[in-house]
Amino acid sequence: MEIDPFIFRLSIFILSIFVGYYVVWSVTPSLHTPLMSVTNAISSVIIVGAIIASLAGNSTEVFNTASIFGYLAIILAAVNIFGGFLVTQRMLAMYKKKKKDK
Amino acid sequence: MSANLLAIFYLVSGVLFILALRGLSSPETSRQGNLYGIIGMIIAISVTIISIGNFSIGFVYLIIFLIIGGTLGAFIAFKIPMTAMPELVAGFHSLVGLAAVFVAISAFLNPEIFDLGYPGDIKIASLVEMSLGAAIGAITFTGSIIAFLKLRGIMSGSPITFVGQHFLNLVLGILLVGLIYYLCKTQSENLFWSLILISFLVGILLIIPIGGADMPVVISMLNSYSGWAAAGIGFTLENTALIITGALVGSSGAILSYIMCKGMNRSFFNVILGGWGATDDISNKKSTEQKPVKSGNADDAAFLMKNASSVIIVPGYGMAVAQAQHALKEMVDSLKKNGVKVSYAIHPVAGRMPGHMNVLLAEASVPYDEVFELEDINNDFANCDVAYVIGANDVTNPVAKTDPQSPIYGMPILDVEKSKSVLFVKRSLSPGYAGIDNDLFYRENTLMLFADAKKMTEEITKNL
Repeated sequence: MEIDPFIFRLSIFILSIFVGYYVVWSVTPSLHTPLMSVTNAISSVIIVGAIIASLAGNSTEVFNTASIFGYLAIILAAVNIFGGFLVTQRMLAMYKKKKKDK
Repeated sequence: MSANLLAIFYLVSGVLFILALRGLSSPETSRQGNLYGIIGMIIAISVTIISIGNFSIGFVYLIIFLIIGGTLGAFIAFKIPMTAMPELVAGFHSLVGLAAVFVAISAFLNPEIFDLGYPGDIKIASLVEMSLGAAIGAITFTGSIIAFLKLRGIMSGSPITFVGQHFLNLVLGILLVGLIYYLCKTQSENLFWSLILISFLVGILLIIPIGGADMPVVISMLNSYSGWAAAGIGFTLENTALIITGALVGSSGAILSYIMCKGMNRSFFNVILGGWGATDDISNKKSTEQKPVKSGNADDAAFLMKNASSVIIVPGYGMAVAQAQHALKEMVDSLKKNGVKVSYAIHPVAGRMPGHMNVLLAEASVPYDEVFELEDINNDFANCDVAYVIGANDVTNPVAKTDPQSPIYGMPILDVEKSKSVLFVKRSLSPGYAGIDNDLFYRENTLMLFADAKKMTEEITKNL
């Protein structure tokens, strides 16, 4: 009897929830805002779906109904990826320790 | 590129995303963590493009759109003031939601390219997964838009409720489940569109009854939703990177919602069902009574703080509104020159999103090791001479401990009442978002400073 590949994906999903649970509890509360902006940036990895939608078709037209939605999703995800990572970087750069000589 | 190799690369980028979150356990490792996240994203995007191997004109458009979106995103990231971070995050969530909807639509219209079957004959499992992805994505989209409008002040922050609201939501929820069921049976395109439209409506209805002060929960919740939407699409596309990321983001948002709810001692459902005592008659009556209040000016405040040996600053949303964080830092610097020990106390739900106050203080270059969370500093109020409460109210209200009738009863509060004297910077005596009067205003050791938080803080600095 063969295991359905879906089960493997489900396993990855469930285990990742647990990883996420423990990793996020260890995030210091003062960094909760950067946590939100970085999770926002990484969830834009949905762009891989958008790339497949826009490029993988074998239609001769560049813009057909399926690829247009793909391209739109690429723009949205790109705003998020660049915006999310850069704003996180900008925030994290501001967190400084007390200077020792004070 | 073989499918196996591709899957390994997606796994690698998933692991890098885990490390990105892991880095946030301390400010020192966080910048490196962010770098891991960026590398993970670059890997995921590059291997996807390479594996498709289509470098025709379509690829050129892809690059152009990437650049358009990227430039826009970078522009926003550099221009946005730190005080506007909550609405920025809400806005970004809406984009993830909408992107999930678009990917689901193209998977539905053109399933061959995703290997899911043919139009009208899509694999049932994939259909369920993409419907869930699309529905959650659509709810995230409109919900985040409403949250954005409320945070931005374009829409009133007060809860919008109407008769039969919960019943309507319930009916729509059941309808969504029914639609997914019939969609699987008939593969009808109309059902798919209706599913998305109704989910848009649900997103709006879910967020309008939630008031301004509950926004930290809402943002965290939408954060979580955007993750589950990504995971749904990840299952559809059989993509490990997306599944891992979706699970991470989903659980992260859920934990943040939990922390925020605990910070207000409210259950998640209580928040979601909306309306926090905004029209509470009893509390309104109470606040119209005239009670003696001691109010002072910047001179008095400066005198008190200069002669104190320790001062604890309690910032709240009012500080963000007045953009007073830089003025505050200057005041603290002068105090330190006078030999006063100063620390900051942050309540978990201060501000409009988790960690909002910490970011603002970091922006004003307050060292993060002077900023403490509630549990770590609450005992210190008893030994502190002056508590300087700037733009916070409900989170200091002792009624949360004493009056079981109060809507905020049981909420953990900062014990500012225990310090020798309390300075409240507030524009008026009006109650906070919870709509309840704060007993502290009328106490013997409280001095009210009625002014804009920024102006008052600046004046105090001048008088030090």
